[in-house]
Amino acid sequence: MASPASSPTRLLYDVRVRAVLYQVVAVALVVGVGFYLFGNVSRKLAEQNIATGFAYLDRPAGFVISQSFIAYDSGNSYARALLVGIFNTIWVSVFAVVLSTTMGLIVGIARLSRNPMLSLLALLYVEALRNVPLLLYLFLWYALIIGVFPPVREAWQPLPEVFLSNGGLIVPSLRWSGAHSAVLAAAIAGVVMAFVVAGVFRRRRMESGRSQTVWPFVLAALLAPPLLAVLIAQPDFVVNWPERGRFRITGGVQVTPEFTALLVGLGLSASAGIAEIVRAGILSVGRGQWEASRSVGLRDRQTMRLVVLPQALRVIVPPLTSSYLSTFKNSSLAIAIGYPDLVMVSNTTMNQTGQAIEGIAIFMLVYLTMSIAISLFMNWYNARVALVER
Amino acid sequence: MATAAEMDALNLSRAVLPPRRARSLTSLKPYFGTPLNALITLVCLWLVYRVVTGAWGWLVTRAIVEGGPQACKAGAGACWPFLAAKLRFMLFGFYPYDEHWRPALAVALFLGAIIFSMIPRFWTRALLWLWLAVPILCGVLLYGGVAGLPVVTTTNWGGLPLSFMLSFVGLALGFPLGVVLALARSSKLPAIQVIAIVFIEVVRGVPLVSILFMASVMLPLFMPDGVTVDKLLRAQVAIIIFAGAYIAETVRGGLQAVPKGQHEAAAALGLGYWLAMRKIILPQALKIVIPPLVNIFIGFFQDTTLVTIIGLLDFLDTVRASLRDPNWQGIAVIEGYVFAAFVYAVFSYGIGSYSRFLERRLKTDHERSPGR
Repeated sequence: MASPASSPTRLLYDVRVRAVLYQVVAVALVVGVGFYLFGNVSRKLAEQNIATGFAYLDRPAGFVISQSFIAYDSGNSYARALLVGIFNTIWVSVFAVVLSTTMGLIVGIARLSRNPMLSLLALLYVEALRNVPLLLYLFLWYALIIGVFPPVREAWQPLPEVFLSNGGLIVPSLRWSGAHSAVLAAAIAGVVMAFVVAGVFRRRRMESGRSQTVWPFVLAALLAPPLLAVLIAQPDFVVNWPERGRFRITGGVQVTPEFTALLVGLGLSASAGIAEIVRAGILSVGRGQWEASRSVGLRDRQTMRLVVLPQALRVIVPPLTSSYLSTFKNSSLAIAIGYPDLVMVSNTTMNQTGQAIEGIAIFMLVYLTMSIAISLFMNWYNARVALVER
Repeated sequence: MATAAEMDALNLSRAVLPPRRARSLTSLKPYFGTPLNALITLVCLWLVYRVVTGAWGWLVTRAIVEGGPQACKAGAGACWPFLAAKLRFMLFGFYPYDEHWRPALAVALFLGAIIFSMIPRFWTRALLWLWLAVPILCGVLLYGGVAGLPVVTTTNWGGLPLSFMLSFVGLALGFPLGVVLALARSSKLPAIQVIAIVFIEVVRGVPLVSILFMASVMLPLFMPDGVTVDKLLRAQVAIIIFAGAYIAETVRGGLQAVPKGQHEAAAALGLGYWLAMRKIILPQALKIVIPPLVNIFIGFFQDTTLVTIIGLLDFLDTVRASLRDPNWQGIAVIEGYVFAAFVYAVFSYGIGSYSRFLERRLKTDHERSPGR
C-alpha cells in the first residue's frame, strides 16, 4: 500500500502544495489574459494600419503650445512638446501645493480658534470647498476670470506696465541669460549651505550644552554664494517691457487665465482637506503637553514650535502626502479648461498620430514615476519627523 | 450627614461643585474678550454681512424672475427664467422629452431606497434584496423595452441619473473587487501579493483622467473582433477599476485593525482561510471601514464629473450644454454653475453628515477621543 502522503488527493490537501498551486493559477491567469488582450490589440492595429513604436517622438509636432518654460515652437519634435507638458504639469502643481498648504494651515488654525465666529467661518470654507466637485470649481473660476476681466484691447493697468485682461496677467520680465541661471544655482546652493551651517551649530549646542548666536553665520551662508555669483558672472539687468499692440500685448511674462483658474481651483480645493488634516494633527497632541510645556516655563509660541508642532507633524505628514499626491494627479483636469499640461499635450499628440497606446503609456508612466518620487520623498521626511521610540 | 451649614463652614459645598463656566452662546467673552478677538469678530461680521446681502441681492431683489434671455442680459441679478427653461434638460439630458417621467421615477426610487437604508431600524437581510431589485428596476426603467416602454439607448442617457448611476454602480461593483484585492494584498502568497500590489499602486498612482482615457481609447482595441463596447460602459469600467483600487486600500486598513488574536482564535477553532475570513475577520474589518467608505463614495460622486472629458453627458455636462445653448449663450453662466454646485453640495453634504452619524453609532470601543 502506498503511503498516504504520496497519493494525489492527499497531496491536494497539503497546505504548501495548495499555496504553490494557487499562485501558479493566478500567474497563469494574469499572463493568459495579458496575451489574449495583446493579441487582440496587435491584430486590430495591423487591420487599421496604425503604426506602432515610439518613432513618432522625433517627428515635428506642428502644434503651438500657449505656455512653455523651455524654448518651444511648432517645428520642435513631439518629444519636446511632451517635455513642455511635463514642465507645465509640475509648474502648476508646485504652485498649487504651496497655495493649498498656506491656506490649509491658516484655515486649519482658524478652525481651532476660541472665537466661535472665526471657527464657524473656517468650517463654512471647508464645507463649501469639499462638497462641490473640483472640475465644477475649475469651470466656475475660469468663467469668472473670462467674464469679469475686460478684453485684451481694453486691458486694465492697475500698475504702470502691468496689464490685466481676460487674456491673462502680463508683467515685465527679466531677459534671462546664462549668468542669471548661475546666480539662481548659487542662491539654491546658499539655501543648502544655510541648512548645513544651522545643523552644525545645533549639533555643537547639543554636545556642549551652551547656546550661542547662530543667525549671523546662517545669514552669511545664505547670502554669500549668490552675491559672489553676481560679482563673478555679472548678469545684466535688461527688462522686457510689455507693449500694447493693436490686438495683443507683446513682451513681458504672461500668466494665462487657464493657469490661474487651474492654480486657484487646485489650491483651494486641496486647502480644505489640508485644513482638516492640520486641525486633526493639532488636536491629536494631548492637552497635557500644553500644560506640561507651560509649567516648565515655555511661552505659547515656544510651546507651539518646540512641543506641539513636532508631535502634530507625525500625525499630519502621512495624510498631507496623499493630499499633495492627489493635487499633482488632479492637475490632469487641466485638459478641461485648456491648460497645456502633459495630458493635454499627449491628447493632441494622440489625435495627430493616432498612436493612442503609446501616448497613454507615456503619460501614465510619467505620472506613476512622479507619484512614486513624491511618496518616497515624503516617506523620508516622515521618517525624520516620526517619534523616535526606544 | 453634614448639614448645609456645616458644609458651608467647612467650605465643602464650594469644593464639591465645579466652577460654573460660561459656555452659552449669549456670553460675549469669546467674541470680544481681547482687542484682537474683538477685531476678528468685527471682520467676520462684516464679511458675513457682505456675503449675505450680496447673495440676497443677486438671488432675490435684483433677480430677473420673468422674461427671456433679453431680460436677463439687461438685468444684473440671477436669471431664474434660465433655470426654468433648462431645468429638465439639465436633469435628464437628451432623454426623450415625453419619457422624462422614467428617469425621474428611477431617481426617486434610488433616492428613496438610499434614505430607507440609512435608517438603522431597517438594517436587515431584506435590505440586500431591496438593493438587488432597485438597480435592476432603475435600469429597466431607463432602458425600456418591456411593458410597452420604448427603448432608449444609452447614448441618450444623461444628466443626474447618469451621475448617480456611474457613482453607485462604481461603488457597488468596485466594492467586491476592492475586498478581493485587499485580501490578495494581505495574503501570504508572494505571487498573489505582487499582482495585487502592482494593480493597486498603478491605478492609484495615475490620475482618473488617464484611466478614463485608457478605457475610452484602448478598451475597444482589447476586445475581440465584432465586440463593441458602449461608451457609457467603458466609462463605468474605468470607474469600477478606480474605485476598486481605492476601496482595496481602505479595506486593507480595516483588515489590519482586526487584532491578531482573532486570526489565531479562528485557526484554533479549526476554521480554514475562507471560512475564517467570511465569518470572523471580514465582518469586523468591514464594520470599521464603513465610515471611510461613505466618504470615498462622496469622492466618487464628485469624480464622476470627469466623464465629461471623454464626452459623456453627466449632470455637470448637461449644465454646461445648457450654458452653450444659442439662446442663452454667455447670459447665465454663473447661474448654471451655481445651480450645479448647489445640487452637488446638497448630496455630498447629506452623505457626509450621514457618515459622521455612522461613525458615532458604530463606535463600540471606549477609547477616549484624543486631545479633548
